[in-house]
Amino acid sequence: MARFRFYGEPLPGVDLDSLTGRLIVLEGPDGVGRSTQAEMLREWLESAGHAVADTGLTRSELTQEGLDEAKKGHTLGRKTMSLFYATDFADRLENQIIPALRAGYHVLSDRYFFSICARDIVRGADPVWLESIYGFALVPDLVLYMRAGVNDLLPRALYGKGFNYWESGMDLALGSDFFDSFVEYQSKVIAELDKIAARHAFCVIDASRATEQIFDDLRAAIGPVLSGSPVLK
Amino acid sequence: MISSKLRGDTSNGALIVVEGIDGSGKSTQIHLLHRWLLSEGYKVFFSDWNSSPLVKGTTKLGKKRRTLTPTTFSLIHATDFADRTEHQIIPALKAGAIVLADRYQYTAFARDVARGVPPGWVRNLYDFSAKPDIAFYFRVPLEVSLERILTGRAQLKYYEAGLDIGLSDDIRESFKMFQSRIMGEYDDMVDEFGLTVVDGTRSIEEQQHEVRCIVLDHLTKRKGIRPETTGETDGKIPLLR
Repeated sequence: MARFRFYGEPLPGVDLDSLTGRLIVLEGPDGVGRSTQAEMLREWLESAGHAVADTGLTRSELTQEGLDEAKKGHTLGRKTMSLFYATDFADRLENQIIPALRAGYHVLSDRYFFSICARDIVRGADPVWLESIYGFALVPDLVLYMRAGVNDLLPRALYGKGFNYWESGMDLALGSDFFDSFVEYQSKVIAELDKIAARHAFCVIDASRATEQIFDDLRAAIGPVLSGSPVLK
Repeated sequence: MISSKLRGDTSNGALIVVEGIDGSGKSTQIHLLHRWLLSEGYKVFFSDWNSSPLVKGTTKLGKKRRTLTPTTFSLIHATDFADRTEHQIIPALKAGAIVLADRYQYTAFARDVARGVPPGWVRNLYDFSAKPDIAFYFRVPLEVSLERILTGRAQLKYYEAGLDIGLSDDIRESFKMFQSRIMGEYDDMVDEFGLTVVDGTRSIEEQQHEVRCIVLDHLTKRKGIRPETTGETDGKIPLLR
């Protein structure tokens, strides 16, 4: 029997039995340190002899250019944005994630569709509508939810690349400036992620701690998922 | 005209769409309807399938590289439709215009399901669409449309012929099989969505006469929509000779 299944109605043309790799997802709000952890995890997995494909949100070749262009003008309507991101996710799933799993790679996905849903729900989308659309998604072997409060995200926004228009939810006019808007918006996104995490029983990792501590917890959670996968001795 | 309706309700306007397989003659008919409504002095807005300036570049890219799967093909067309709905169709309807659409959600329901996408999934995708006042379905036998397309146009395109789903390696054969599937989907939707069937085998003029009669009746009796200016034919449909 195939290890994988879909959340809803199956993706046309995919043979689940042929997917031998593991699908591991890192979720969490903007600036929680996902990509740093993904990089460390990749190194750890590769040194154990596993081939790893990593993939991130909005890196689909199909939609990257169009989405970047559309976001520049801030002219995307809400439904349009939801569907554009769903297209992007589907393209990544079908053209990157599934082929990699078929080739026996373990896939480390820097976010999955849950973050997209959280952002869309904050913008007024109907969660039921979204869940039905994303029914074509594979259920991952493991979803690691790096959870942090908005206070933990602030340093990165401050000292890193600065407050980004979309990550601050400026299109929603939630606060009088970038700071207020960021705090308000990210708090709402985290609240939605919490709900999604509870519904799908994600593995929650406290990401307010030091990088090394988080890394230890992530590795401990991933270990059992790899059992049954060939290991180099 | 705007005054009391400034609040905006999509029922202020009227949405008329045309559907049918390739070669059914629907684009010709909506073009002639468009001309007539304009000459009558109606406020008309036209929206073409797959024409959102924000999205069509992505669709084009996917088609060119042939990386679209049935699911992404469906999603990108829904994205295009959402952009046109949010930016064009709904505002135009609220402003009291007659919106004409060459292909609407039924095109997606027919094509995407013919590609193997689940019917319930794709219908849910489009649940935000404005409901058409009239959805014309130009029905022609498969042989007629194939004759029109295969002799008229020099080249069939990859996705248009359904080559992506591997029905046949021969592009013309694949096109025929794919169109036949699409037609089956359309026929099943007549009752599901109350499509207005027009016999597309008759002369262009006869079909257009029927279309204008149905549209005029709907605009005047049901919606109370009148031309903004007095038109050339004074609201009457010229009789067929």
